Amino acid sequence: MKQRKVFTWKMGGEAGQGQQVAGLVLGRTCLSSNLFSFVYSEYPSRLRGGLVTNQVSISNEPVEAISKKIDFLFALSQPALDHCQKDLNDNALVFYDSDKVEEISKNPKKIKFIPLPLRDLAKKNKINAFMMNSLILGITAVLFNFDVKLLKGGIKGLLNGNNKSEDLVEGNNRAIDVGYEYACQELKLKPFLKNKLVSKSPKRIILTGNEAIAKAATFAKCGFYSAYPMTPASSILHILAKQAKENKMIVNHSEDEIAAINMAIGASWAGKRSMTGTSGGGFALMSEGLNLAAMSETPLVIVDSQRPGPATGMATWTEQGDLQYLAKVGYGDFPRIILAPADSEESFYFTVLAFNLADIYQMPVFILLDKYISESYNVVADFDLKKVKIDRGKLLTEKQLSKIKDYKRYQFIKDGVSPRSLPGQKNGIFLANGNEHDQYGFSIDGFRSDVRNKQMEKRHAKLDNILKDLPKPEIFGPNDVSLTLIGWGSTKGPVLEAMKTLNKDSNNINYIHIPAFPLDKNSLLKLLEKTKKTIVIENNYKGQLADLMQESLGMKFKERLNKYNGQQFFPEEVIELVKKEL
Amino acid sequence: MTKQSDFITSNKSNWCPGCSNFSIRAALIRAFSELGLKPHKIAMVFDIGCAGNSCVLYNTYGFHGLHGRTVSVAVGAKLANNELTAIGIAGDGGAYGEGLNHLVEAARSDSDITLIVSNNMLYSLTTGQASPTSKKGTKTKSTPDGVNKVGLNPLLIALAAGASFVSRGYADEIEHLSEIFKKAINHKGFSLIDVLQPCITLDKKNTREWYRERIYQLDDKWPVKDKDKAMLKVQEWGDHIPIGIFFERK
Repeated sequence: MKQRKVFTWKMGGEAGQGQQVAGLVLGRTCLSSNLFSFVYSEYPSRLRGGLVTNQVSISNEPVEAISKKIDFLFALSQPALDHCQKDLNDNALVFYDSDKVEEISKNPKKIKFIPLPLRDLAKKNKINAFMMNSLILGITAVLFNFDVKLLKGGIKGLLNGNNKSEDLVEGNNRAIDVGYEYACQELKLKPFLKNKLVSKSPKRIILTGNEAIAKAATFAKCGFYSAYPMTPASSILHILAKQAKENKMIVNHSEDEIAAINMAIGASWAGKRSMTGTSGGGFALMSEGLNLAAMSETPLVIVDSQRPGPATGMATWTEQGDLQYLAKVGYGDFPRIILAPADSEESFYFTVLAFNLADIYQMPVFILLDKYISESYNVVADFDLKKVKIDRGKLLTEKQLSKIKDYKRYQFIKDGVSPRSLPGQKNGIFLANGNEHDQYGFSIDGFRSDVRNKQMEKRHAKLDNILKDLPKPEIFGPNDVSLTLIGWGSTKGPVLEAMKTLNKDSNNINYIHIPAFPLDKNSLLKLLEKTKKTIVIENNYKGQLADLMQESLGMKFKERLNKYNGQQFFPEEVIELVKKEL
Repeated sequence: MTKQSDFITSNKSNWCPGCSNFSIRAALIRAFSELGLKPHKIAMVFDIGCAGNSCVLYNTYGFHGLHGRTVSVAVGAKLANNELTAIGIAGDGGAYGEGLNHLVEAARSDSDITLIVSNNMLYSLTTGQASPTSKKGTKTKSTPDGVNKVGLNPLLIALAAGASFVSRGYADEIEHLSEIFKKAINHKGFSLIDVLQPCITLDKKNTREWYRERIYQLDDKWPVKDKDKAMLKVQEWGDHIPIGIFFERK
């Protein structure tokens, strides 16, 4: 096989066969072996059966996205092989369970099919059937020149974390050894990728977007998280619930999303940094609560991890279909902020920022990501906690309040942000109000044009300052190219990964990435000045970013590339498109 | 001891003259004062409707939220700051219609909030449609042929859901109501006070006179720890309507 930079490993079988565990252990082992990886799983909404795949792209240089083309496939069922066959690279190795897979179609490529007598291997070596994923990891160790100790450590770490017994750890270790021996002695496999430990590498970690959000919430001293489970946001709830005691965070699995957001608003009013999380359908139930947070100017962080809609849509798949919705949802006008991280690293820093912005501007702030970012493991530099600070904005102390004679919570003020007191504080009594209100918060009774106008203007005055605190649109790649792609959120990874190949072959393109909303018009216009042809690339049907840009900039963005089948873009697809356009 | 006047603002109410919500407010500030609570340590959450419109009248921290979501906001606030006395003020529409699931959840969780429901068996502020507690057959604007479903018994629901303090008051028996409020606020856990009140403007049947003839107080010997008895007693309705604390689990 020709030495390529990125190798993609994939394991497919039924739900319950341990693909996700294998993928995660593989990703962690790559990290310990100083390799980069990107781990992604596709699964149906069921606990057993069906087809679950886990896919890991591995390289000795950073990997920005999961690749489509497979180099090493482990097929534990016929559907797994059938599903993955079209995505095999020309020189792929296909390992298949010879008891389960009966048909192998002939192919013109140089694909090598290798039967694995898993049942016999298990029986002979007294390995439990559900440890076949560890046996496969043993085989994988040979392919990537891994020290099996690292794999065993990875399995042990995962099992101990879940309080599993020592027997289980031992069984899995045996399975890894059996796989490794079998690969060396029977299959005579040789490593495809050398990895050498570099002593001075910066500390890196591997984690998902949701794990990064949970970590950031903890770091940002979020004191309250309430949510109703919904894929792909649920793991934030799971992680925070598990750590609630040690983090002194109140974590509440509420009766529905309506309660989740209203509880978070109540907790925020009472002084805790508060967050709720869901997917688009769950947020639909929260949208009235969003209005309440906006009208009462109560800080709130809302995570929306998108999946394909409308309605229940495709529960375990990915899409960027909620941008327009979040940008515009609301009856009446009010400002809100949307931060759209593109990977685990941004998920962390944007979450910390979201809490700060919610406090500074006293308004709802969204973290908008999707299943692809929420659930993909990617390798990032360990978070630099010195780079981030906690800023609670204009929060008054009791001492400050004691000096204010006639405290007005909703005081008319030039920047729109009036100083906030918290229930329990002396001299700070006020009414937080979802009704239009005067400067004290008291509902206006009857028609009071001046008060209504001034409060509307006050809430919108915040917009004048917001842009300076938002991450700016950024351009990646060379200047002076004939084609510029424009995207947001999770399209960044696949595009950057594709650019590595494209720009090496001198098919030069660049990419403008938009990380936050409201759109920073001036910065964006400046970046657009130098572009020739643009294509807006998005994981949705209509081109929601393109429409928002048209509306905001008054320009046309006719060229659009949209994918809405439930999968994110693959670098290979971006490469193909660009080659067609150039 | 704090004065009753510490808990009121100088704002005027927008209730009808003679509305029984005035009595409920009087009973509540009397309870606040007699318990010696401090205004800045009270977090009141108000629903939408006539009852919730009292938000401008109390000199405490307040949140006038969304229709039906009073319990959720109050529970969130109490969880966030346990030193606050969290009180929800709602009507029968918000507490038993739009937001019933939150009441059930708060009862199940035994969240330490006090929920006071002005129950006039009507949607009054929206000009008199049927409410969840309207009796079957009640003719209203939205049910010209009479309500075609049975009226909800909120106390029975609260008991079934595990509420640890379940009571009923009558708006115009201020002293009695105030005593219930005091016990409810002191109770650690979820307290429901269903306050019967006539809508003097819209309800020509369930009038002050109608209630006065029927209301009676549970006496001192009522076995307040006995949930089974409570479940039967809260269903008594008709010629005799009991008020008081039906059940308290400490």
